[in-house]
Amino acid sequence: MIERTVDVAIIGSGAGGGTVAQALAPLAREGRSVVVFEQGPRLADAEFTGRELEMANALYRDGGGFLTADGTMTLAFAETYGGSTVVYTGTSLVAPERVIRHWNVPGLDHADLARRSAIYAGENNVHLLPPEEINDNNRLFVEGGRRAGYHVEQFPVNVNGCRGSSLCNLGCPNQAKQGTNRVQLPSAERQGVQVVTRASVRRIGSHRTLDLQVAERPAGGPGAPSEWAPGEYRVRAKVVVAAGGAIGSPALLLRSPIAPALPRLGHGFTCHPALIIVGEHSSPLTNDVGHPKSYFVDRAAAERFVLETCMYFPFVTAKSLTGFGAAHARTMAAFPRLQMILVLACDSAADGNHITVDRAGEPVVRYAFADGTLNGLADGARAAARILFAAGAQRVHTPCADPPVVEAGDAAALDARIARRHWRPGTDAVSAAHLMGGCGMGSGPADSVTDAWGRVHGRPWLRVADASLFPDALEINPYLTIMALADRVAEGIRRDAAALLA
Amino acid sequence: MLDRNRTVIRVARDGFAGRTPTVQIPAVIDALLAPLHPILRAIAETVIPNAATLDARGWEDVERTISAALARRPAAMQRQFAMFVHAIEWLPLLRFGHRFSALDLDRRTRVLAALERAPLLLLRRGFWGLRTLLYMGYYTRPEAASAVGYRADPRGWSART
Repeated sequence: MIERTVDVAIIGSGAGGGTVAQALAPLAREGRSVVVFEQGPRLADAEFTGRELEMANALYRDGGGFLTADGTMTLAFAETYGGSTVVYTGTSLVAPERVIRHWNVPGLDHADLARRSAIYAGENNVHLLPPEEINDNNRLFVEGGRRAGYHVEQFPVNVNGCRGSSLCNLGCPNQAKQGTNRVQLPSAERQGVQVVTRASVRRIGSHRTLDLQVAERPAGGPGAPSEWAPGEYRVRAKVVVAAGGAIGSPALLLRSPIAPALPRLGHGFTCHPALIIVGEHSSPLTNDVGHPKSYFVDRAAAERFVLETCMYFPFVTAKSLTGFGAAHARTMAAFPRLQMILVLACDSAADGNHITVDRAGEPVVRYAFADGTLNGLADGARAAARILFAAGAQRVHTPCADPPVVEAGDAAALDARIARRHWRPGTDAVSAAHLMGGCGMGSGPADSVTDAWGRVHGRPWLRVADASLFPDALEINPYLTIMALADRVAEGIRRDAAALLA
Repeated sequence: MLDRNRTVIRVARDGFAGRTPTVQIPAVIDALLAPLHPILRAIAETVIPNAATLDARGWEDVERTISAALARRPAAMQRQFAMFVHAIEWLPLLRFGHRFSALDLDRRTRVLAALERAPLLLLRRGFWGLRTLLYMGYYTRPEAASAVGYRADPRGWSART
């Protein structure tokens, strides 16, 4: 066991960890040691090839197919330098005021989050793409959405020099997306923060120690070797920031001696379960070129779903379509004529949905679809089908329908054709990438894991700074809100630095 | 003890625009899956009709991808997968008097459709996992992506002019 001592240990390098790293960089400039431990590798720019299988395996946990305990949903989250900011589409929205009010966290107000979100939006070059960069897949969503009576909005996105590869979810091959891997982490490193990749933290000890393993670079595998020599480490830290995401942080704390003192640890997990709805047009459209996610329809408050444009790769498309055989193959063969819409259900924190760990310490996500979530998915699928038909689609392929293909001639009967009663868990493909909760903020150990500044109850030296802080679903894309919360956490650490680092 | 690297998959890169990376599959996975290949091919040709046109190199690619994906999963899941594939092969004996791989396409399709709609979640989930692996093996091949008209390119818009 190799022993090391640091002042601040940050576990995770995504939207939360990367933000904290940069915000605490002044401590590094003052001579304090600030170290980020990232489980995944650091890839060179040339290693972002855009190849579906290769990048999924290089960037995502379980290749993007992490299964919930009952196997009815896959969760996508990245393990790499920059975390999931490497694989999102860069959509950058400020948290809705009504959601923050509903969270009802003492000491957390919407104005503060909005102010901090604006700072990071500026830092990450968040802006609206100009009309000439919008592809047909997005343009048809706008046209169909408006014809169908929906209020369609454009996503601000955090790109700089986007070439329109459409490969955002496989890591931008042109380094245009301004994730923490491009902005906050390099800035922090320039100021003296150290990032150690391939470093898996197993537990946080009672005396501010981390037990971690630094892995060797697999021969021929992607990414650089770790910055530290491979081996087992015990790291003493004065401040520990858990920022491993909504799966990683709860699992880490559950493996640690602190767990029994935190009865809400792992609870409150939400994830915006999502379906892909596919419309088939009569002629080819630009769908696999251009930014894939430029527009959305927000029906969260009224109908518990959000619709977003999307475009996926051949394998993800194939697995997302219900069924198999000749009908499935016909839809796949229509790839250049496909328009896609992602339906996200706005789920709510429920007692049965939580994160735990198995005997080996691996995270296990227990998730059951609540009535409201299933209604959101079915209602959202129906709304997406309306938009696709209004945009001119000849047929629509959708879960929550039996059979899953709805012809344009049936467009007037969507209420009957697409309905929750057709939902079949284990048959229809559901995935989620907005993973939230597990270390929720609140007023005390009975209702939460941390306070509004990410301080773990009873452990002022231990902070949480990622989406696990959310006490309930955010109902929009979460990364800007994660950065705003992480910025608060860093501010709290700077404020308490004299006592914590003494 | 946390074991994040249950199995080390060695990947040899073969160029920026090359084919699926060459993967060295652990021997234990090879031993588990090699006897299943004829059954998997019969299932694959039912799930993905175009798979019937694959040549030997194409099947090797599909099988290597499936093996690599399974190698990353826990040993218990690997065993469950093998048992499920064997069950698909032998259960049709009860209804049709023949193993799955000896059935015509129509009957194979009926067997798989029954699994897809089975009352038991365990069976539906098993079939979903199997078809997902087959789609992964088939559609991540550059030839298959190209055949369906997928043209995404890191150069983006400039590659279309």
